[in-house]
Amino acid sequence: MADSRSRLWTLRAGIPRKVYLTLALAGLVVPLLLWWFVSGLEGTNKVFLPGPADVLARTWSWLSADDLLGDMAISTWRVVAGWLLSAVIALPLGLYIGSYRAVQAFLEPLTDFIRYMPAVAFIPLVMLWIGIDEGSKVAIIFIGTFFQMVLMVAEDVRRVPMAQIEAAQTMGATRGEILTKVIVPSAKPALLDTLRVTMGWAWTYLVVAELVAANSGLGYAVLKAQRFLQTDKIFAGILMIGLIGLVIDQLFRQIHRLAFPWLSGRH
Amino acid sequence: MNTPAKIEINAVYKTFNEGAKAIQALDNANLAIQPNEFVTFVGASGCGKSTLLRMIGGLETQSSGEIRVNGQPIDGPGVDRAMVFQHYSLYPWLSVTDNIKFCRQLKAHSRDRTSADVEKAAGRADALLHLMGLSHVPTAYPNQLSGGMQQRVAIARALMSRPEILLMDEPFGALDAQTREVMHDLIRHVHRIEGSTIVFVTHDVEEAIYLGQRIVLMAPRPGRIDTIYEVPLPAERNQDMKLSPEFLALKREILVRIRETSGMKTDLEQLERLSAQANQSEA
Ligand SMILES: Nc1ncnc2c1ncn2[C@@H]1O[C@H](COP(=O)(O)OP(=O)(O)O)[C@@H](O)[C@H]1O
Ligand SMILES: [Mg+2]
Repeated sequence: MADSRSRLWTLRAGIPRKVYLTLALAGLVVPLLLWWFVSGLEGTNKVFLPGPADVLARTWSWLSADDLLGDMAISTWRVVAGWLLSAVIALPLGLYIGSYRAVQAFLEPLTDFIRYMPAVAFIPLVMLWIGIDEGSKVAIIFIGTFFQMVLMVAEDVRRVPMAQIEAAQTMGATRGEILTKVIVPSAKPALLDTLRVTMGWAWTYLVVAELVAANSGLGYAVLKAQRFLQTDKIFAGILMIGLIGLVIDQLFRQIHRLAFPWLSGRH
Repeated sequence: MNTPAKIEINAVYKTFNEGAKAIQALDNANLAIQPNEFVTFVGASGCGKSTLLRMIGGLETQSSGEIRVNGQPIDGPGVDRAMVFQHYSLYPWLSVTDNIKFCRQLKAHSRDRTSADVEKAAGRADALLHLMGLSHVPTAYPNQLSGGMQQRVAIARALMSRPEILLMDEPFGALDAQTREVMHDLIRHVHRIEGSTIVFVTHDVEEAIYLGQRIVLMAPRPGRIDTIYEVPLPAERNQDMKLSPEFLALKREILVRIRETSGMKTDLEQLERLSAQANQSEA
């Protein structure tokens, strides 16, 4: 007993799988219980803090009487479109920034500067330039994701060990061959991780994007619910966004495991 | 000496950085290496061994002077000069066999792509797997191999295109002593049957003597070639020779010279001064 307890507090030491799962479950259940308990207390106003049951009921009515699935679909589409657009540009651009110092010198300071500008602040500009239909929502998500993504891709590319590149040079590889046969395959696992992380960020820009003249979507539903003080619907919307994000994240992790079997070490 | 030298290094200088931060990495290096010679570079760290080797490999350019291979001034890396690095040079996403055959994917090696050549290449890869003792792990990934096995793959990959020159920069520096001994005999075997010219950088004097026919001792600040030693051992070597009087005498001579040239003396004086200061402040 003393032994197992000391192990829990040994830095970075592994812990038994059962203990891990129990703790992970507790980490999810305890806040839920706390929420349920506090919301049930005498004097807790449902407008401020609806209980889990209220939220569940609201989710159900949203699904059956209203168009929850439609809202999920349109929001997912917007996020994926904005993220995909940014990936399509950021991957090649980051590859060049990470491979050529001249391109880095030319583009990185500007990118670094823009990424600190808040995506929300671009809304008026986006409305002016792109209008108020679907394109504008995709554009906001693009703005929120792209500049971070470029810098991360460039960093992933720079992390490719110089020895891998020089080995190819001494075997007579051309610059193009080094890019396609060494740098890209070597950086792939890190790039997929970058895509996963930036997908998460893209979701966090959903509500901002749906501030722009939307009449559908999870973010829009949350904003509208706020106007009518439907706090349970706000909760439901936020939870749905979190849930979809979690599912997509797990999907990426699964792909990572399947696509790069060579990463696992000695056995 | 009427055979032309394989590698000629003529009055080579190298300065890194400019102005106040300039580092004289090589100061007037001159050396001729004969075909099928096994030369080892030894010296304290920072004396320019890697820099000189990388220049022969075409990965670094000299500030002045000239390096010729087969009489031709070199211009960047070339398939006649293969390089083996200390680590992180294998492609972890490729199996052992695919790492070894990597050069076959490159345009530089695609002039002969008839089916007979492809077959010959497959045979070559197979022969290298056997030569390097890798025939039981052809489909393993580098991450699944020990450090010693990984370096065997790196050497096999370098040999795949039958380079005339093999450049090795502390290739066994990260291996344990037992694995090193095995690798030493292996690389000597490669030298004998492949007929390559080998330039081998190390900071381990024993390794330098056991492997080399000639030892080039380099010294730091500025980096330079200090002394060249002929190794008084027969061409065929075995581990017992490491205890022979000739071996030990040469080892002592080289170690003394490294100590003399490396500036270690001043470090010792510094230490003595520091401990004297500490004693004083205690008193
Ligand atoms: N790319 C570089 N930029 C600046 N200085 C370098 C570079 N490469 C090597 N040097 C310097 O040149 C000197 C010789 O380095 P190196 O050839 O790596 O020595 P060794 O391999 O003998 O340890 C060292 O002082 C080192 O710091
Ligand atoms: Mg070195």
